[in-house]
Amino acid sequence: MSSGGHEFDFVRAQLRAALPPRRDLALEADLWPRMLRRLEEAPARFGWFEAVLLGLIAVMLAVFPELIPAILYHL
Amino acid sequence: MDEDLERFTTGDVDAFEILFRRYQGEVYGWIVRIVRNPAAAEDLTIETFWRVYLRRQRFDPQRPFGPWVRRIATRMAIDYLRSASHSFEPAPPPPPAAPDPLVRDELRDRIQGAFLSLPARLRVAAVLALIEEQPYQEIADALNLSLSAVKMRVARAVRHLRSSLERMGIRP
Repeated sequence: MSSGGHEFDFVRAQLRAALPPRRDLALEADLWPRMLRRLEEAPARFGWFEAVLLGLIAVMLAVFPELIPAILYHL
Repeated sequence: MDEDLERFTTGDVDAFEILFRRYQGEVYGWIVRIVRNPAAAEDLTIETFWRVYLRRQRFDPQRPFGPWVRRIATRMAIDYLRSASHSFEPAPPPPPAAPDPLVRDELRDRIQGAFLSLPARLRVAAVLALIEEQPYQEIADALNLSLSAVKMRVARAVRHLRSSLERMGIRP
């Protein structure tokens, strides 16, 4: 065996003695309920459509300020 | 299966649930091998699938889902290892190697310390190749590296560890 291969085997043996391979690889519980909560608590995404819509409303209110009381009345 | 993948890419939560339930165990098992902490592996499994869900539109349903999720899971695990404040769960007691238990425990702690001092990218390659003995091609796929790049990382990790062991007076 080459010295490199010997060194490799030696380090691997020491490492495996100190840090044995994991045997507890099976999940103990279904994680879907937690995943669902993670999906529900995700912040709402502000996409380009919402940005354009908000921009249009702002422009409209700037051009026609008399609409502001009417909008506030209907809120 | 293809139909579930197609539906998943459109944001169908039912299809996502089917994929999640199918792959959660495999993803968890892969992550726990790397981070060696079951509680952290559960959290990282959730965060992996959260990222998977966010990136659903980038996924090509003609390609296999498992390797794509595993690559994301591996990146999440590496990020976790890079963060300074993570706990390292003590390993189960190894079989008796040294006659004195105190000497044995101290030796084990020092070897674990040497392992933890490796950079995260070398540590991942080392844990998967040397400890968990995963096939190199699987490691390469998960790290999105070539086979030769993985072999180089493992060789560098071995050299680092060899030097650390020598400083501890541990020689073949």
